[in-house]
Amino acid sequence: MYSYSEFDEAFVRSRVAQFSQQVERRLEGALTEEEFRPLRLMNGLYLQLHAYMLRVAIPYGTLNPRQMRQLAMIAETWDKGYGHFTTRQNIQFNWPKLPDVPAILSALADVEMHAIQTSGNCVRNVTSDHFAGAAADELEDPRPYAELLRQWSTDHPEFQFLPRKFKIAITGSPNDRAVTRAHDIGLRMVKNDKGVTGFEVLVGGGLGRTPMVGMVVREFLPIEDLLPYVEAVLSVYNTLGRRDNKYKARIKITLHETGKDEITRLIEARFAELRPLFGGHDQALLADIRAAFAPPAFRNAPVDAYDAFYKADPVFRAWADTNLAEHRNAQYAIVTVSMKAHGKTPGDATGEQMRVLADLAEQFGHDELRISHEQNVILPHVHKSDLPKIHAILSQHGLATANVGLISDIIACPGMDYCALATARAIPVAEQIALRFDELKLEHEIGPLKIKISGCINACGHHHVGHIGILGLDRAGVENYQITLGGDGTETAVIGERAGPGFAYDEIVPAIERIVQAYLEHRDGPAETFLQAYRRLGLAPFKAALYPAEGAKDAA
Amino acid sequence: MARFTPKVVTANALVEGDVVYLTADNRWSRRHQEAEYLDDEAHAQLRLLYAMGQGKIVVGAYLADAKPGPNGPEPAHFREVFRTRGPSNYFLGKQAELI
Repeated sequence: MYSYSEFDEAFVRSRVAQFSQQVERRLEGALTEEEFRPLRLMNGLYLQLHAYMLRVAIPYGTLNPRQMRQLAMIAETWDKGYGHFTTRQNIQFNWPKLPDVPAILSALADVEMHAIQTSGNCVRNVTSDHFAGAAADELEDPRPYAELLRQWSTDHPEFQFLPRKFKIAITGSPNDRAVTRAHDIGLRMVKNDKGVTGFEVLVGGGLGRTPMVGMVVREFLPIEDLLPYVEAVLSVYNTLGRRDNKYKARIKITLHETGKDEITRLIEARFAELRPLFGGHDQALLADIRAAFAPPAFRNAPVDAYDAFYKADPVFRAWADTNLAEHRNAQYAIVTVSMKAHGKTPGDATGEQMRVLADLAEQFGHDELRISHEQNVILPHVHKSDLPKIHAILSQHGLATANVGLISDIIACPGMDYCALATARAIPVAEQIALRFDELKLEHEIGPLKIKISGCINACGHHHVGHIGILGLDRAGVENYQITLGGDGTETAVIGERAGPGFAYDEIVPAIERIVQAYLEHRDGPAETFLQAYRRLGLAPFKAALYPAEGAKDAA
Repeated sequence: MARFTPKVVTANALVEGDVVYLTADNRWSRRHQEAEYLDDEAHAQLRLLYAMGQGKIVVGAYLADAKPGPNGPEPAHFREVFRTRGPSNYFLGKQAELI
């Protein structure tokens, strides 16, 4: 894993020192809120509904045990004992008090972490495949490139005041687990016809009020051109992006207003200017970074114990079937620890749970942890012989829920339980859906189904790319939930289709149940997933199930 | 002309971030029911101006819709109801702190 250089360390420490003084001046009254607000946002400190919120970056979702323990310590010392993992692979603390924030930032710096560029119109935390460096289907670990982008974009003087925020996602696998098609820039590692690895570059994806799937602007970008090319994209956007209208300021709008051909031409022209200015320092740096991401020394040991346990213990087997993914080393597995216990808040971990996960990573997981955009925690490198022990320990701490990829593995943004921008709650809707399908004992029967819930149009909960998406709105002073169907966040990305009028808070869970019942009735056998069935059948049977009264009216 | 919907002045405390309400005697209370009930539009604007001058104590003052209740003003919109209580996923915030 990458460790801070002296430069990184000095930069983060100096920012902590600056912000500590800024907080002091604000508390003394020397700074007004108007002056202080941009300073706190540059350091990830928001003011939410009930309290301040500190958003801490977890670069490309990678954490070591020491960092996880420090997050636990922060949660217990300065917060209310828990943290919330987000769809941008960050962690949010919901209750810090302003005078304590400098101490929190200093504690983060002690473990090479910070909250810089987790807000504001700059390049945000670069996100990546949470199985990076471990997945069997991967061409190459994308994290060295994510780290290169992190270093390049951190405090980049030209890109601190972009027209709007800017999100980059990168994957090294053809199976896109990083939602690259819904990012301002999506980078997918591909091989060209000569067998050389490079990037397919997508631009202009994004969710929010104008959801769009990104367009390919470069089919093959050589690795050594990564920084000048990304800089060219940012540079063109910085010039053309609209600063007059916040809702038209993202690069997806720039792309649509300018046209794909013209923007591609502008990017290539800017790239031609920038390319010669990169004299190779970036490649020297990349070589150092690559060394930091060398794979761990995998153990060579028998896996019989795992096979025997798998056959003997049905609870373990159910968990193994849903929560394990294929590792590139056949003796290993990737473990997804579900942070979605039925009836609990998606993505929340207590300090105690964080420490358990840190211990497991240290004892059994080559010191690595990942946070997924789906708000789960991953142990990417686990020898199969250790899985029964890990499962037993997870069970003792409420962390062994066997539901990854199933209907209760729901993404939910904080919604109106925390967020000042929200128009409705998201968390209790997720909790109730999970509880309901657990009660029905149907979720394994239903199979893979992604529900994603956002509490406002900004779509932090990725509802547009949920197989079932739920958007919470305020309709005439009452919470109202709109359903979209058929969304997909993978390499076959699609924006979901609006099903029809929304549902009240107490109607949304039964509505979801009707959709699922319709799927079970109409599917072409258990092998056909919800998304496949939706693609085959279209909206009609689901709409009929959602709005039975209207169907009766039409028939009359 | 549309009738004025009564208001209270609300904000967040600078130091803790807690939700606070402006009282008739110029205090900032954690309790919605202690807020000054503002049913006159001109007076409401004056009270908001006063609140906006309190930047060393509170942040982001605004007027929120309110309705009369037996023990003082009550929030009219669900967002403001949540702000008087705290989140619904844990027993934390005002619901736990103000008894």
